[in-house]
Amino acid sequence: MDLRYTPAEEQFRAELRAWLAATLPTLPPKPKADDWPGRREYDTHWQRRLFDAGYAGVDWPTEGGGRGASPVEQLIYVEELERAHAPYVGVNFVGLLHAGPTVAVEGTPEQRARYLPKILRGDEVWCQGFSEPDAGSDLAALRTRAVRDGDDYVINGSKIWTSHAEVADFCEMLVRTGPEDSRHKGITWLIVPMDTPGIDIRPLRTIAGSTEFAELFLDDVRVPVANRVGDEDDGWRVTMVTLSFERGTAFVGELLQSMELLRAIRDAAAATGSADGDGGRFTARIGHLGAELDALWALTRRNVSQAARTGVPGIGGSVFKLAFSELRQRLGELGMDLVGTAGLSWDELPPSGEWGGAWAAGGGPGTVALTNAELVDTWVNGFSRTIAAGTSQIQRNIVAERILGLPKG
Amino acid sequence: MDFELTDDQRSLADLVRTIVAGRFPLDRTRRAEEARQVVDADDWAALGEAGVFSLTVPEDRGGVGLGLADAAVVFEELGRGLVPGPLVASHLAAGVWAGVVAAGSELPELARSADGLAGSVDGTAVVGAVRRPAVGNGGPLLVEHLASLTALVVVDPDGGLHLIAGDDLAAVADVAVPVDRSLDPLTPLAVVADLPPGDPIPGGEAGGSVAARWTRDHRVLTGALCAGMAAATCGLAVDYAKGRQQFGRPIGSFQAVKHLCADMLVRAETARAAVEAAAVTADQPDVGDPDRAAAGAAMLAAEAALANAKSCIQVHGGMGFTWEVPAHLYLMRARVLATSLGRLDALAETVAARY
Repeated sequence: MDLRYTPAEEQFRAELRAWLAATLPTLPPKPKADDWPGRREYDTHWQRRLFDAGYAGVDWPTEGGGRGASPVEQLIYVEELERAHAPYVGVNFVGLLHAGPTVAVEGTPEQRARYLPKILRGDEVWCQGFSEPDAGSDLAALRTRAVRDGDDYVINGSKIWTSHAEVADFCEMLVRTGPEDSRHKGITWLIVPMDTPGIDIRPLRTIAGSTEFAELFLDDVRVPVANRVGDEDDGWRVTMVTLSFERGTAFVGELLQSMELLRAIRDAAAATGSADGDGGRFTARIGHLGAELDALWALTRRNVSQAARTGVPGIGGSVFKLAFSELRQRLGELGMDLVGTAGLSWDELPPSGEWGGAWAAGGGPGTVALTNAELVDTWVNGFSRTIAAGTSQIQRNIVAERILGLPKG
Repeated sequence: MDFELTDDQRSLADLVRTIVAGRFPLDRTRRAEEARQVVDADDWAALGEAGVFSLTVPEDRGGVGLGLADAAVVFEELGRGLVPGPLVASHLAAGVWAGVVAAGSELPELARSADGLAGSVDGTAVVGAVRRPAVGNGGPLLVEHLASLTALVVVDPDGGLHLIAGDDLAAVADVAVPVDRSLDPLTPLAVVADLPPGDPIPGGEAGGSVAARWTRDHRVLTGALCAGMAAATCGLAVDYAKGRQQFGRPIGSFQAVKHLCADMLVRAETARAAVEAAAVTADQPDVGDPDRAAAGAAMLAAEAALANAKSCIQVHGGMGFTWEVPAHLYLMRARVLATSLGRLDALAETVAARY
């Protein structure tokens, strides 16, 4: 066991850090959360900057136009971007972390040439059409049907939880091509251009008030057969390839951000004395969360080391996801307990001791400025973490059945 | 960066696992349940021969010359096998002895003898430890494995270290009152009414390098025992859930049981990663804060050992509450080890202060 980085890895880190330091100050101001065209422009601009500097798709194979970095370099990449407060992957998430890697592995040479460079350059944005109103955790129950008609598939049905649908160019979509009850044996993976006639997008409002995702209604949507990735009825296997990417290092950025947030909460509590006189309870909660975050950072490095040896992201991702999503919710609760009545407002309020739970913005050098809005956001959005990308209950089934070998129910 | 076990570390774990299987199969260890003396001198010497106590002692002092990460791997296996005895204290005592000798400091004669710290290196001595309470000073307090000990390290509330050995220790043992039933039937206890001050250990004064290292490594290795135990109870529960049939199917096919087991694995794996990272950080201090890592890892591992033992009893149903099923032995040992770490909230406060 060795936690030190090699000189080559340190070199990669130093170059990236220098580039980030020079580049981040030149970025345009961030758009508002619900300004989706603005967010697309901002996120794809950032992606283009990464591309021009040779940092697009660091985890992609070189055949797909990526950098082909080792798992350890990928970890350094995510770590440095987070530490520098670089923009999040945002609307490029599905393209870079789902669809792109899937096309790279399962697509035809023509598909790879057509789609991958534009994902990497930030020219095209993807969304995901997997879940349906009646097929959530039970994805194999999906019913959106695609029927062959000459050189086309004709799609009818609906999809849900499609993030960034309004601004996406393509949708990675799972459709039923086999008999109604064919389950995972009759599913096909299709690339659906979002400007195809017959697609109706209806945004869903989340409990955070945002329109993070949408419902898609598909009415005789015609897609060329050439847009199929993998064989007809083989989409389930193709999908498993996609999901294994999602459970790799997708949460590392948020893990590191959580550490920084925890430090800021501790410093704010100390600066205002808001936790004084509680017998150390608040401090113990901070320390406990800190120890858990440290442990998950260790687990991340273990999973990455394993991926470096085996070549694929391990099942350890499910263990991590399960632990981290629930931890993130407790971090949200800690923040709400810090801000007191200021936590009742989504509007940003000036830091003050007047809000019941005294708190202050930022606690000194090296810490980030806290706002009540950020803490409210962390708490409310935390509720999605144990649901999105596989509910905690499904994750427990995966851990119990695939790691511990317990029988399926 | 490669945070997987090296081939050497895997071999080391296999070696210890073989020794544990040969010398400490649970049905054999259990014959000593509720005895006043649980540590067997031959078995202890066999652990010493395998290097359990001298792993981190430099080779020119008769040790193996490895790091704390290697020791953590070994102690996970000892925890998994529920090996009884003052394992952590004896390992740390060997390190203290080697450090003191290396520094050329004077130790009391008794500590230099095989009856004192010196014998801890090869397992001819059994060294225990006790935390002197913040109030009451000398006693009364409970000492673990007293009848088996050749030396006793006293850890003061401020972390300072003293040594009681030889005639002084014999005098303590003579008047100590054995506890008839200790919580862990494999950790015998004795009430000591009045503990003598003992001899100061060079560097073992509060804040001294020997004392600071004792505190940190005690946390890491106790955490390693706990992480191994958490993995063991997870395994026991999973095996039972696969075999036990109710409603015509294995209970492990029910999600209510399955999810208990999944949570056990999550706790065991995160505890193990935390403990091993803490051990590596102690060996490679440029990668992090060894004290923060040790405090956090020990806390999480102790919690995992306790929570997994609880779930192990639950998965076993009524059988889990019987003396026969060993789940309770893991629970009680976890309580013994967690107690040796002091208040777990204090460890959390240490992490918070250093975060």
